[in-house]
Amino acid sequence: MVYMKKALILSLMGGLALGIAAKAGNITGEIKFQGTPPPNVEIIPLENDPVCGALHKDKPFTHFYEVGPNGGLADVVVALQVTGKSTGASAPPAVLDQRGCIYLPGIMAIQTGQKLVVKNSDPCIHNVHTTSKNGNPEHNDAQMAGGPDLTYTFDKPEDFMKFQCDVHPWMFAWVTIEDSPYYCVTDTNGDFVIKNVPPGTYTITASHRKLGTQTLQVTVTDSDVKVDFPAFTIK
Amino acid sequence: MIPKSFTTPNRWLFRFAALTAFFTFLLLGAGGLVTSHEAGMSVPDWPNSYGYNMFLFPPSKWIGGIFYEHTHRLWATLVGFMTTVLMVWLWRSDERAWVKKLGVAAFLGVVIQGVLGGLRVTLKMDDLGIFHGIVAQSFFVLTCALALFTSPFWFRLTQQPEKQGKRVAGGLRRHVAYVAGLIFLQLILGATMRHQHAGLSISDFPLAHGQLWPDTSPAAIARYNAARVDPDQLNPITAFQVILQMIHRIMALLIVLGVAAAAMLSLKRLGKGDYLTRLAFLWLGLILVQAGLGIMTVLSNKAADVATAHVLVGALVLAVGAVWFMVASVRREEAAECESGTLINPSPAVIGSK
Repeated sequence: MVYMKKALILSLMGGLALGIAAKAGNITGEIKFQGTPPPNVEIIPLENDPVCGALHKDKPFTHFYEVGPNGGLADVVVALQVTGKSTGASAPPAVLDQRGCIYLPGIMAIQTGQKLVVKNSDPCIHNVHTTSKNGNPEHNDAQMAGGPDLTYTFDKPEDFMKFQCDVHPWMFAWVTIEDSPYYCVTDTNGDFVIKNVPPGTYTITASHRKLGTQTLQVTVTDSDVKVDFPAFTIK
Repeated sequence: MIPKSFTTPNRWLFRFAALTAFFTFLLLGAGGLVTSHEAGMSVPDWPNSYGYNMFLFPPSKWIGGIFYEHTHRLWATLVGFMTTVLMVWLWRSDERAWVKKLGVAAFLGVVIQGVLGGLRVTLKMDDLGIFHGIVAQSFFVLTCALALFTSPFWFRLTQQPEKQGKRVAGGLRRHVAYVAGLIFLQLILGATMRHQHAGLSISDFPLAHGQLWPDTSPAAIARYNAARVDPDQLNPITAFQVILQMIHRIMALLIVLGVAAAAMLSLKRLGKGDYLTRLAFLWLGLILVQAGLGIMTVLSNKAADVATAHVLVGALVLAVGAVWFMVASVRREEAAECESGTLINPSPAVIGSK
């Protein structure tokens, strides 16, 4: 009898969990750029650097505006404006690599409390220098060639926190810190998917480091919902 | 007041003081290169360098921004050592108490400057860089003053009044003092602009963002930032920074006019053969070079060597104005007391106060 009760409770709990999972929806969309963006420029100092330049077969360029053939805009952080829902402490660490004297990826997003591992895959010294505009601690740490990874966590949400290497003044990464797992960085086609969003009405933002932020409202039910942001442009 | 106890100039002391001023000038250049290359934080620790004793840091690791920051630290140590020697030398051999005190002030100045530079790194405080730059300019003027005060020229100037030349009117001296003060303010503005780490807030000249007075609305600032694609990905510019550069431009114009007026007034009142007139025209030449470098800084998109030259000539311009004023103060035209304490050419005001 006791076993039957337990089995019943477990079944109910499982069913409830499945029900909640089934009711979570995905938010999809595509971010576009309208017009002609300023061209990305060659990073001449990197090419001229005897160590870093040798790590590149092709000419290195900046990546301010990554616009696909159909106008899709990459490197846009799309996020629900939700606070206090971070799962960062249990999320797998995010990785930011220094390779070819360039930060990879140049734009990324993590959660508050999530570990961010910074690697040095280069045969030279870097310094990892973070600058916050929102009260996160500023770090400036040496990382020798072949040195151990550096690990950081940040507690406050922030858009595009700057990571830079002052040894190589063209090296930057911009890390957005969200207070929930509901975010995505657009791919090379400008597409994004925010998965497993509980039903509800949310404020959703699309932020590009150079082009600013757009804001919309979105209502999530138990099916996928598509969000159409207006195309970014330079006015 | 003419110092009474400056009996014999020490030529070696003068040469050492002049060398200290020259090395300080070079140090300003090294510091300027650090900021121009955005390398101020490239060595994360201080006084060590990447964990090494700074004097044992292997040259093979002096790469990229580290080269500028580390050589700046080494050069600063040399200037600190020279300033210490100069203070001790002045204290032991110069007869004038006020010069001894200036030597102590220079020593304290170089210590404060070193600590400011170190704290700017360890506390990660950008704003300290502004003070570091301002103290550097002030310290350079102080070393120039010490070289002047220990020079044979200063000895002749103060001990042989009959060879001083024409008296310098208070109006002309005040004019030069005001212009030198304006130059110092301009250097503060320049240091503030450089330590925003935002690059050029206005990248065209003679117009500013295509206008006589640039649009500083939020939409315009967003547009300016969106168009910036430099690899060094400097901080976004703000309306404050745009206005700051406009004030810098206006002040530059005022300073050029002020220095030109000083040169013309010197020519008119002291004559073309007077060394103060020649110094005033040197000042004018330097300020024109400085204005040209300012324009080139904008047109070259703040090329590091051009921007650093702009800092260096700015320091020279300040020092020349200060030296002119110090020399002219000895040759001042007023109810001066002569060495015996009697009044020569007493003015009515002085007579009235007696």
